[in-house]
Amino acid sequence: MRAESTYVPKSRLAKWLESRLPVGGLIHSSFVVFPNPRNLNYWWTFGGILSFMLAAQIVTGVVLAMHYTPQSSLAFASIEHIMRDVNYGWLLRYAHANGASMFFLALYIHMFRGMYYGSYKAPREVLWLFGVILFLLAIATAFTGYVLPWGQMSFWGATVITSLFSAIPWVGDSITTWLWGGYAVDNATLNRFFSLHYLLPFMIAGVVVLHIWALHVHGSNNPAGVEKKTAKDTLPFHPYFTVKDGFALVCFLAFFAWFVFYVPNYLSNADNYIEANPLLTPVHIVPEWYYLPFYAILRSIPSKLGGTAAMFAAVVIIAFLPWLDTSKVKSAAYRPLYQIFFWLFVACAVLLGYMGSQPPEGGYVIAARVLTVYYFLYFLVILPLLGRFEKPRPLPPTICDAVLGKRGQAAAADANPLQAHEPGQ
Amino acid sequence: MAANTIAEEPNRRDLLFAATGAMGAVGAGFAAWPLIDQMSPDATTLAAATADVDIAHIAEGQIVTVKWRGKPIFISHRAAKEIEAARAVPLSELRDPATDESRVQKPEWLILIGICTHLGCVPLKNDGPYKGGYFCPCHGSVYDASGRVRYGPAPYNLALPPYTFASDTKVTIG
Repeated sequence: MRAESTYVPKSRLAKWLESRLPVGGLIHSSFVVFPNPRNLNYWWTFGGILSFMLAAQIVTGVVLAMHYTPQSSLAFASIEHIMRDVNYGWLLRYAHANGASMFFLALYIHMFRGMYYGSYKAPREVLWLFGVILFLLAIATAFTGYVLPWGQMSFWGATVITSLFSAIPWVGDSITTWLWGGYAVDNATLNRFFSLHYLLPFMIAGVVVLHIWALHVHGSNNPAGVEKKTAKDTLPFHPYFTVKDGFALVCFLAFFAWFVFYVPNYLSNADNYIEANPLLTPVHIVPEWYYLPFYAILRSIPSKLGGTAAMFAAVVIIAFLPWLDTSKVKSAAYRPLYQIFFWLFVACAVLLGYMGSQPPEGGYVIAARVLTVYYFLYFLVILPLLGRFEKPRPLPPTICDAVLGKRGQAAAADANPLQAHEPGQ
Repeated sequence: MAANTIAEEPNRRDLLFAATGAMGAVGAGFAAWPLIDQMSPDATTLAAATADVDIAHIAEGQIVTVKWRGKPIFISHRAAKEIEAARAVPLSELRDPATDESRVQKPEWLILIGICTHLGCVPLKNDGPYKGGYFCPCHGSVYDASGRVRYGPAPYNLALPPYTFASDTKVTIG
């Protein structure tokens, strides 16, 4: 742990508890006085937003589970029962379904922030790896959750993705049968997916604790990519970043609320309002939007095993970023060439998403293949080479300098403006 | 934390903090309400809150069981002799004193919740030492033709559900 805590419990009860289990001190040092770089911008608020969304999904999920029946002949009807009969059931269902989309939106922004500012570089590699684990857990959670309403897309999406495991040589079919608990996706599959869907978010919560622990060893990265040197470079988490995160959360919730109350089915597939029919496949099987880029990569390789491997590789390769990117400069703000390739990568990811939503025909196939090539080229070729050949801009010596630019350090003033010499007003 | 200057009067910042806190509390209340209310009985359960029963075909001396709010309801078409016998009992003999008149709206129709007041078993109808009475096989409680407890471990008479006669041949329970 850190040096002596500055936490002083005030009441007798607080003192009693602190001497037996220093929770107060832990919360104080982690979320009250913890020093954050003073130049953090709003791209840094998405971690807090994700924590809130995890809590929101767990709360709405637990409450929905009080009314849902995980049995293949009853599941679809139980969802309609929730929508029509349960008090505020429509609100809980829409909040949970759109909440999953909001979770992934915040997650992708959070990850792209990390990629742009080099937050994955030393000494934050383990933090990054915990993040990749969280991404994988979120993918699994959303996948199992989407099966539960037992609509056409629930059933056929589950069938397509679980069938991928049969691509594994020798043991593929056995593994797939084991996963299904039968010879096709059926009630056995639904039951176990319900169990896993309830379990995984709590695994996510546990890894989030590890993620924050790893973060707090060295503190947050910042837009300049220059590590903090003195107390002048930082501000205490409360009130500066609690308020900033709170404001960003409110804006995010307004955006979330617009979906829940005005266009609650915009992000979902109409076919999922048709009950699952194992004997009739929908014309176009489309996963939820947050899977589309990986779905496009899967379909762009004309081999079953190759496509599966490419899709998994596309997710797992993110874990290797700290070692693939050879540049010693963290932030893209000082890497002009990297910026170009980064935004091309963002465009590539978005376009891959679009390709994933379209039928795999004609021009879409060619485009998806080109984009898939760029996706892997970015990680395996461009990033390693850039570190060697790029000429970065000169870095500011400290965060203070980055914030103040030419005006110099004299005006940098106190570490904490609120404790300065201003009177009441 | 915030500025630790001690102001004589509340200033603008204090007002802003208080107003934000109040808005936050109101917002939290609105957000929490659906999460709490979803556990209250839903529309399907509320729809089953009343049960309409056609009593035209219940013969005299016959006791019929219907389900209401998950509980068994005994509807007894009492014969004149049973009613007389029930009304002749002195209240001092009863563990849970109640007149037969107070337990019915129409004397020939006795409507009871068929759950033994001892530990919750469903008693047998038209059973036990009293004609038109009830006997609970779990621990031997005996009820008379008015559903009042006479022997056995049960502390109270069989309970009465709320009901109204929609017509001479239809009763609405609940």
